[in-house]
This record gives sequence, C-alpha cells and structure tokens, in this order.
Amino acid sequence: MASFTELANPARFMRLSSIVLPWLAGGAAVLLAAGFYLVWFVAPADYQQGETIKIMYVHVPAAWLALMLYTMMALSAIGVLVWRHPLADVAQQAAAPIGAAFALLCLVSGALWGRPMWGTYWVWDARLTSMLVLFLLYLGIIALRRAIDEPSRAGRAVAILTLVGWLNIPIIKFSVDWWSTLHQPASVLRLGGPTIHASMLWPLVLTAVGFTLLAFVLHGTAMQAEILRRRVRTLTIFEAERLDRLSLQGVR
Amino acid sequence: MTAALGPHAGFILAAYLATAAILGGLAIAILMDRRAQRRALAALEERGAGRRAQAPS
Repeated sequence: MASFTELANPARFMRLSSIVLPWLAGGAAVLLAAGFYLVWFVAPADYQQGETIKIMYVHVPAAWLALMLYTMMALSAIGVLVWRHPLADVAQQAAAPIGAAFALLCLVSGALWGRPMWGTYWVWDARLTSMLVLFLLYLGIIALRRAIDEPSRAGRAVAILTLVGWLNIPIIKFSVDWWSTLHQPASVLRLGGPTIHASMLWPLVLTAVGFTLLAFVLHGTAMQAEILRRRVRTLTIFEAERLDRLSLQGVR
Repeated sequence: MTAALGPHAGFILAAYLATAAILGGLAIAILMDRRAQRRALAALEERGAGRRAQAPS
C-alpha cells in the first residue's frame, strides 16, 4: 500500500490535480450560478436590513474562507516543521495570497454593509480588528517568504509565524461572544443550529460551498504554478552547472 | 434594477463589484503565473537543462 508521502509527491499531485481541478471548477460555477440566482431573484429582503442582506451572501463565505484557508496553512505548517514535506510547503505558500484576498473581500464587503446598517464603515471593535489582524498576518507571511532567499529556511520561518498567528483564529470566531461588539453573533455555525430562515439559509449554503470549491480550484492551480516554479529554479541551477562545466572543459 | 435594491443600492452593487474585482483579479493572476512557469519550464527543457551536467573526464 502506498504511503501518504508517496501519494503526496509533487509529480503525482500534478497528474491528479489536472484531472480533478476542471471538475471542481465546473462544480463551483454551477453552485455559484444557482446560489446567486436565488440571491437576486428568489431570496426575500430582510425585515430590518432590507436589500443590504444581499451583501451577506459574499461577506459571510469570504469570512469563513479567510479563516479556513489560514487553518489549512497552519496544518501545512505542521507538515513543514514535523515531516519537512515539500508539498506541505507548496500548499502553505500557495494558500497565502488566496486567504489574503478572501480576508480583504470580507473587510471591504463588511465596511460596505456596515455603513448603511451601523452608520460607519469601520469601528475598532474585537471582531473587525481581529479580522484586520488576520489580513495583516497573511500579508506578513507573504512578505516573510519573499524576504528570505533560501527556500527551506523561508518555509520553516513562515511555518512558525503561521502557527503562532493561528491563535488569532479562535479570537476571531469567539470575539462576538467574549466582547461587546457592533457585529452580530454567529447565526449559522452555532450550537443551537442556524437562526436564519431557510429562504436565506439555502442561498447562503450554495454560495458558501460554491466559493469554497472556487478557493480549492484557485489553491490547486496556485500549487501547480509553485511546483512548476520550483522545477524551473532547479533546472536553471542544473543549466548553470552544465554551462560552468562546459566552459571548464574549454568547449565554449 | 438599482431602484429595486432600495436606498442602499450603491453599497450592494459596490460589494458585488469588489467581489468580482478581487476574486477575478486573483484568478487571472494565478492563471497567468501558471502559464508563465509552464513556458519557462518548456524553454529550459528545450535547451536540455533537464540533463544533469556531465562530469569532466
């Protein structure tokens, strides 16, 4: 039986992902089309928030994915530090810009929802501030990776920062319970079950799953690009060595 | 359409435009990066860079 390490080697990932990613992309397109059809033509306006509730269908999935991608990066970081697995490092590196994009989308859509509902684009409360910290963590991780030339050293440094930064994830999730905040408490992922009506819950589920598949597609594609980049780097070094040897032999 | 969205139509449309811009931009950047890496790899392989250097005799 093939070991996990054998299954997760970069060449095998390239083969499998080229088969799976088009199907995931198709699934994402169908779910997002169905979800946004319900959002724009079927789901009712909220009795308090009116049509601004439409912002929820992009804001909430963006927040979930920003948290999920960071958690995925933290799991990859364990793979980097404990097993020094190259694919874990690739997965971690590829996820950072995608997580940053979803965190930015969460902050922007939240501000655009907050202005008409709260009367302000921004307030320094626990939920909003901890989400901003997550976005800054993503940017810090991307910057740290670029600041260190040696790839394996960069991978380990980024892994440590990622794991330390993961402490922010439960703070984001429970900030609305622990502190007084303008942000509403959880209404979908909560112990007593969702508190929103099915006519709004189903479009939200469809867009959330659709965005999740989209995130997987983007992550898989970014991982392919990163594996290719590392192969290019290795071959460039081989080529330089070959040209060096040829020049030593006086062939050039 | 904006009338049907009520007095806050601008905020709703801006949120959806931001979604399209951020995720569309990200998708284009990732796809262009993969294409660039594929081309760079193909160029290197065409030059024979995949062969390990021969040790001098």
